[in-house]
Amino acid sequence: MIVNQFLVLAALLFALGVYGLLVRRNAVMVLLAVELMLNAVNINLVAFEAVLRSSEAIGQVFAIFVITVAAAEVGIGLAIVLMIFRNRASANVDELNLMKW
Amino acid sequence: MNIGDWIGQPANWAFIILGLVVLGAAFRVVTSQNVIHAALALVATLAGTAGLFLLLSAEFVAWVLVLVYIGAVIVLFLFGIMITRAPTGRDVALDHPRKAWAVLVAIGLFVVLSWGSLQAFGTTELSNQGEPTSTETVGISLLGRFVIPFEAVSFVLLAALIGGITIARKDLTPAEEEEREAV
Amino acid sequence: MSELLVDYAGLLLVLPFVAFLVIVLIGKWMRYQGAEVAIGAMAINWLYATALLIYSFVGIAPRDVQFEIGRIGLIGGEPLVFELGWTVDGLSSMMFAVVTTISLLVFIYAVGYMKGDVRVPFFFAALSLFAGSMLVLVAAPNLVQLIIGWEGVGLASYLLIGHYWEKHENSSAAMKAFYVNKVADVGLILGAVILGVTTGTFRINEILHLAEEGAAALGAVAVAAGLLIFFGAMGKSAQFPLHVWLPDAMAGPTPVSALMHAATMVTAGVYLIARMFPFYEEMAAGARTWVLWIGAATLLVTGLLALVQNDIKRVLAYSTVSQLGYMVAALGAGGYAAGLFHLWTHAFFKALLFLGAGSVIHAVHSNNMSDMGGLRKPMATTYRTFVIGALALAGIPPLAGFFSKDEILATFNHAGATAVLWLGVVAAFVTAFYTFRMVFLTFHGTYRGHGHPHESPRVMTMPLVALAVGAVTAGWVNIPGVYTGFHQLVEVRGVFRPEEAPTSFDLVALIPGVIAGLLGIFLAYRIFNPDRASQQERDRFEIPALYPLLRRKYYLDDIYWFGIVEPIKGPIARAVNWTNNYVIDGVVNSVAGLSLFLSRIVYQGLDQRGIDGVVHGLSAAVDSAGGSLRRLQSGRVQQYAAGFVTGTLLLVIALVVFR
Repeated sequence: MIVNQFLVLAALLFALGVYGLLVRRNAVMVLLAVELMLNAVNINLVAFEAVLRSSEAIGQVFAIFVITVAAAEVGIGLAIVLMIFRNRASANVDELNLMKW
Repeated sequence: MNIGDWIGQPANWAFIILGLVVLGAAFRVVTSQNVIHAALALVATLAGTAGLFLLLSAEFVAWVLVLVYIGAVIVLFLFGIMITRAPTGRDVALDHPRKAWAVLVAIGLFVVLSWGSLQAFGTTELSNQGEPTSTETVGISLLGRFVIPFEAVSFVLLAALIGGITIARKDLTPAEEEEREAV
Repeated sequence: MSELLVDYAGLLLVLPFVAFLVIVLIGKWMRYQGAEVAIGAMAINWLYATALLIYSFVGIAPRDVQFEIGRIGLIGGEPLVFELGWTVDGLSSMMFAVVTTISLLVFIYAVGYMKGDVRVPFFFAALSLFAGSMLVLVAAPNLVQLIIGWEGVGLASYLLIGHYWEKHENSSAAMKAFYVNKVADVGLILGAVILGVTTGTFRINEILHLAEEGAAALGAVAVAAGLLIFFGAMGKSAQFPLHVWLPDAMAGPTPVSALMHAATMVTAGVYLIARMFPFYEEMAAGARTWVLWIGAATLLVTGLLALVQNDIKRVLAYSTVSQLGYMVAALGAGGYAAGLFHLWTHAFFKALLFLGAGSVIHAVHSNNMSDMGGLRKPMATTYRTFVIGALALAGIPPLAGFFSKDEILATFNHAGATAVLWLGVVAAFVTAFYTFRMVFLTFHGTYRGHGHPHESPRVMTMPLVALAVGAVTAGWVNIPGVYTGFHQLVEVRGVFRPEEAPTSFDLVALIPGVIAGLLGIFLAYRIFNPDRASQQERDRFEIPALYPLLRRKYYLDDIYWFGIVEPIKGPIARAVNWTNNYVIDGVVNSVAGLSLFLSRIVYQGLDQRGIDGVVHGLSAAVDSAGGSLRRLQSGRVQQYAAGFVTGTLLLVIALVVFR
């Protein structure tokens, strides 16, 4: 296996995540897309470790950290979405434009 | 290495299958018009990713992925979806009507990234396929060289925990607070 | 010490102007309405001038102190330098003494005389202005400053003659004085300019030096310049026929007449000739002849006019003109010290006579001698000092007037001008005659007026006494053969060829002079003494043919009026007015119209459309740019994210492509 196959796969996954981020109107869907992107990053990291083969499994440790942080981020993100939903009875991000000019 | 050799390796067949699962599910995540379907598609993506990790001799990470991501995060997502669904049933259109720009950006991003990695790595092969990374190695690394990031991350989790509770707590009106105090 | 005195002599010039300013600003609220300031300044000046005089007698080196104030370029040659400063020598020390002494006494007298007047601070301010200008004049080391002082005293004279300007005739008199002087000043300025341009300097000592050396360039214009300058002197010193302003100037308050029109201002012309004396001696001999004859004409012709005056001040005015004629004629005959000596003594006794007349006028509230009479007893001090002054004027020894008049007559004799000598003798007779006519009509007989005249207050009689002392003793500084300090003093100058003082009395001059004086007094006694003749007889006294002519003042005023004033008032003034309105105003208006037109173009075209257009356009552009740009701030995070990613992509591509 060559490393590039994983990298290209990860790139594709990341691009899909970006597309989802930009296109989705529901706040939760946006978070899902973010998860996709983080996942793509993880694949990249582990693939690099597979090439590097360091004695301390650096890439994999990094990937574990990413997973952990992603979990924390999802928790907070959903809490926020919940609050917004409570305030506005809708999870439509288009309506979150109070910072408009 | 040429295509013929590459196809010849069984690991690559697994890669192709897993890859298709991952990409297909990911595609469903971003294009589905039903939030539940999207969440479940994400499950499939994550599962496929775990398989890919196994291919890359990262067993520990793979099972951590399954446990944490699929086991907890997705559940969290499903709860969030259920709470934030409009009570009148049918969801509004989930996508923006004008997607052209986003498509362009995504394609551009893919092109740049893959071009970059192709330039950088060419046909570099993975080394020592098949030999797994021992969990012991990962553990020693986590608590040895990376103990400080490890501790920091646990703080992050703590902060997220407290933060989440604080944010999502229901604001009590003064009357309700007094009532609660009396009890 | 004497060096210091000279170095700071400028104080003399500055102090009266400071007094002027103080009186103008705060005089109204002072106890004596500004008189204290004027008297105080003049007292300081008097002390300083006395010190200078003493040191001059003792032997001071004549010196000029000058400061440059500007220069003007001449075509081809050195630029002309304008300077201000002061010169201290025998002549100017003498003049300082005269001006400050008489001024101080007149100021003190005026406190009493002007009490209750309608404009006291104005009066003292103008007097201070006059004193300052007179000092500037006599201290002038160059012609420019002299002219400045000249004009200054002219201005002060105008202000003071017109002090009671509510009456039209008083303001007319002031204007007459100013106009006649201004006509004469043209000559003075032209003469000064000619001298300055020809010699390249306005400094008097340098001009005189060039005259002594016989510089050719100067010689060519000398007579013309000399005549022009003398023409200026004629105006200020009221020489015939420019004397007409002085009798009318009596409209001013009597202290003014005493100070300016007897002792100081009118002597400025005499001073000018004396200052330029070496010039007249060496180069302008032709002009000197004119000086002599005009002076001679003046002394007799105007003396005669005093015979027919009923106004006491007019008698004294014509008398002053006549005595000025003596001074001018003396200078014309080459008698430098003689003319100045008469200036010196005349200042004392004429001021005395004027102040005494003022005392009388103050008591009887009238200038006219027909309202006077019999004042001998009620106004004893005034009477006694007045008589002393009259005797001095008549030239009776041993009073001051005798010595100076005698020296002048001696000068005429010495110069061989026998005709002028006899004119002088006849005039001496006439002088004594009209002077004592005035004395008898005013003080003897019975009082013809309506009030209760009484002696004037001490503040007025004290200066009279002081001046009487002067009238007696002032002549004793120049007694031929005994003591001639005055003669030597006035010859102490930067550029001067001193002459020997006469060592004995000239009997050819002395005897006729004294006899003429005594004869005049005697005749006056016979004709005008009330104890001898009745009122009607006295009033009817007249010399046929002469007196009517005299009463009409030789028709001079009529000639001036119909010959000069009326034509100017009528057609010439109208023509000038038309030119002013249509031609000059027309030019000005069209220039204004043109500039209005141009400015309208600039305003509408350039400013409104052009510049404002740019400004408005700029703001509109910024506005629309802002309007467009603000749509970036949609508040939608996904849009921000899209921008973010796009930007990053572009950066990466750029980095890679342009590596």
